[in-house]
Amino acid sequence: MSTATTRSTTPAKRSFTAGASEYINDRTGLAVAIKGLGRKAFPDHWSFLLGEVALFSFIVVLVSGTFLTFFFQASMAEVHYEGSYVPLKGVEMSVAMASTLDISFDIRGGLFVRQMHHWAALLFVAAIGLHMLRVFFTGAFRKPREINWVFGFTLFILAMAEGFTGYSLPDDLLSGNGLRIIDGMVKGIPLIGTWTSFLIFGGEFPGTDIVGRLYTLHILLLPALVVALIAVHVGYVFIHKHTQFAGPGREPTNSVGPPILPIYAAKAGGFLFLIWGVIALIAALFTINPIWNYGPYDPSPVSAGTQPDWYIGFADGALRLIPPGWEFVWLDRTWSFNILVPLIAIGIFIVLVLIYPFIEAWIKGDKREHHIADRPRNAPTRTAIGAAGVTFYAGLWAAASSDILATHFSLTMEGVIHALQATVIVGPFIAYFITKRVCLALQKKDREIVLHGYESGRIVKLPGGEFIEVHQPLDEYERWRLVSYESYQPLMIRPNARGKITVGQRVRAGFSRWFFEDRIAPVSKGELESGHDGHH
Amino acid sequence: MTRTKRRAGRRHPLATVALLALGLVFTGGAYAALSSGTVAQAEIDPNSQQTIEEGKKLFQANCATCHGLEAQGTANGPSLIGVGAASVDFQVGTGRMPMQMQGPQAQEKPVQFTDDQVKQLAYYVASLGPGPDIPADHLVNGGGDAANGAELFRINCAMCHNVAGAGGALTEGKFAPPLTDVSGVHIYEAMVTGPQNMPVFNDLNITPEDKRDVITYLKYLQDNRSPGGFELGSLGPVAEGLFIWIFGLGAIVAITVWITAKSN
Repeated sequence: MSTATTRSTTPAKRSFTAGASEYINDRTGLAVAIKGLGRKAFPDHWSFLLGEVALFSFIVVLVSGTFLTFFFQASMAEVHYEGSYVPLKGVEMSVAMASTLDISFDIRGGLFVRQMHHWAALLFVAAIGLHMLRVFFTGAFRKPREINWVFGFTLFILAMAEGFTGYSLPDDLLSGNGLRIIDGMVKGIPLIGTWTSFLIFGGEFPGTDIVGRLYTLHILLLPALVVALIAVHVGYVFIHKHTQFAGPGREPTNSVGPPILPIYAAKAGGFLFLIWGVIALIAALFTINPIWNYGPYDPSPVSAGTQPDWYIGFADGALRLIPPGWEFVWLDRTWSFNILVPLIAIGIFIVLVLIYPFIEAWIKGDKREHHIADRPRNAPTRTAIGAAGVTFYAGLWAAASSDILATHFSLTMEGVIHALQATVIVGPFIAYFITKRVCLALQKKDREIVLHGYESGRIVKLPGGEFIEVHQPLDEYERWRLVSYESYQPLMIRPNARGKITVGQRVRAGFSRWFFEDRIAPVSKGELESGHDGHH
Repeated sequence: MTRTKRRAGRRHPLATVALLALGLVFTGGAYAALSSGTVAQAEIDPNSQQTIEEGKKLFQANCATCHGLEAQGTANGPSLIGVGAASVDFQVGTGRMPMQMQGPQAQEKPVQFTDDQVKQLAYYVASLGPGPDIPADHLVNGGGDAANGAELFRINCAMCHNVAGAGGALTEGKFAPPLTDVSGVHIYEAMVTGPQNMPVFNDLNITPEDKRDVITYLKYLQDNRSPGGFELGSLGPVAEGLFIWIFGLGAIVAITVWITAKSN
């Protein structure tokens, strides 16, 4: 080993790595950061890795996207395609479309990287969605993490924007149809709609500017925002510590799990390559966005089965679910409520999801920090609200594929639409009630198990001739998991300092009653002891 | 298949193989006889009285219940006077007619007649009044310009049949069928006759040469798999989204479970 160089400068016998580390540390002060971060523990649970899945697929998106920028030309100038795909030879199209076809057919590895980029983008947004569901249902958005929920949700919106701008870049028929819908939605906004549309497209749709503008957003502005927000988002995960599920030795003040260095970092590094591999495998085997089928954009044709990518589906579905006749002329102006109502409904939904942590904190009146993740059943009302939200979203989402549902399940289009209209309006209530009852029932079952143990299936005959089933008591670790959760009681209405009861308080008390009226309290120590005595 | 004690004659283990071979020889022979089209068509003379008589008999036995004894139409089926040979060749040749039951539209099913019988029916109906004829071979063999055909297809056909010919939904349970295994003759006949809910694309709208180009493009799609790998039904973003959620994210969640399970 080359220890000779270091030996000459320092009297003690030292290895090359020690010398190199010291050299770097003297100049960067890395040791402090590594000591601090490297010893941080990261709780182990599969669902805690979903955020990482999003991060790693974003890395794949960034790397594959960089490759694509070497060859893609964001120009809407007209050319005749002269590449190697026969059914488009000589067809007039924009340079953007022609260069995307060249990437697909005439650049080595181009189609593979293009498909990787698109599949990774779909996975990126899907992983964010699943990650958000995990955070929501385990209550990991509670103080001090409310702001980080807002950052995370903003990332979700930015990811959708990234996806949509990317979907629109190749200037093929599908992307043009998508832009036409956006154009229609913008134009549907009263007063400013038409002006805004002309501003976006640089004149009447489609114009010759939009691809260049979207390209700047897609590869410069939006990625910069996403990267910056990811840094902040992940930074706060370090600052707040990760949440963990309840267990013996797990306190709100600690974090139990393998330290980041070396175990966790090694695992995460391996995980990055596993995800990379899965995406590469999918990209190598499955076609995505075959622009050669769609052909160049032309405002007149629209293909059957024209849909946005999955994450915009809920908005497309909302448009499809509006009954006919909601557009009318009034005061010499066209009022497009067929567009405004979905826009407003989606807007309200997004804002509610965005500020949900603050709403729940206000209802609870709880100012404490929470570092122990809830099991979903132990927050029945929240879980039920979540299920209602998921049902609402899923109904809109499914509506975006109404035509495919109709053909593939031999249904009528009208039947599918009406069923989904009912799902979107009534479904959330049904989901709410069913979920809440299921949660309460599961809590009851947990209580029963804690107090009386598992049914072992072992039947014993007592000396008196009576048959009983032996219940197996829980071990302490398992019991800890089942009893350590918080139970809230509805807030009492109390007069404030001036002896008055404000409207705000009444509202809050009402919400609190809604949240916590039906509840199953965790088994207390007293109950546990008397329960044991009583049974055995 | 259960094995019995007798292993000779028709119960011999190789009997199935022999039967299959025999069947293949017959179907192959029949196919060869039929696919040397000129021979088969030469036997069916469009204008001979015998063809028309045979067709009339077939018609009265199989079609008259709904279309009337003289093809004049009834409450259950339209008049066929003037629909032409192309219409009959399409409807009967793809198995849509005779219709199994009334519904939003006639469903494809196994063809009920031999090619000769289909032709006899077609020329009988053609004899009732002038209409589009069965197209000539050079128009349907896929020898045209695929790029022009693709453009025409996107403009005129894709809104119902999907850009990749994967089919699509229409109102009230009707649908545009997939074109992934339709023959050139039937595509041409569909364009000139407008079966079910399809509009008619007459020769002024799309010239015979343009129709040939459309067929050329569809044949290109039928003969060439997607350069990107499995097509997922060519259904576009819905299939892609389902795939990434179920198989992509599913695989990755399985990996997360595996990674975290190892440490326990």
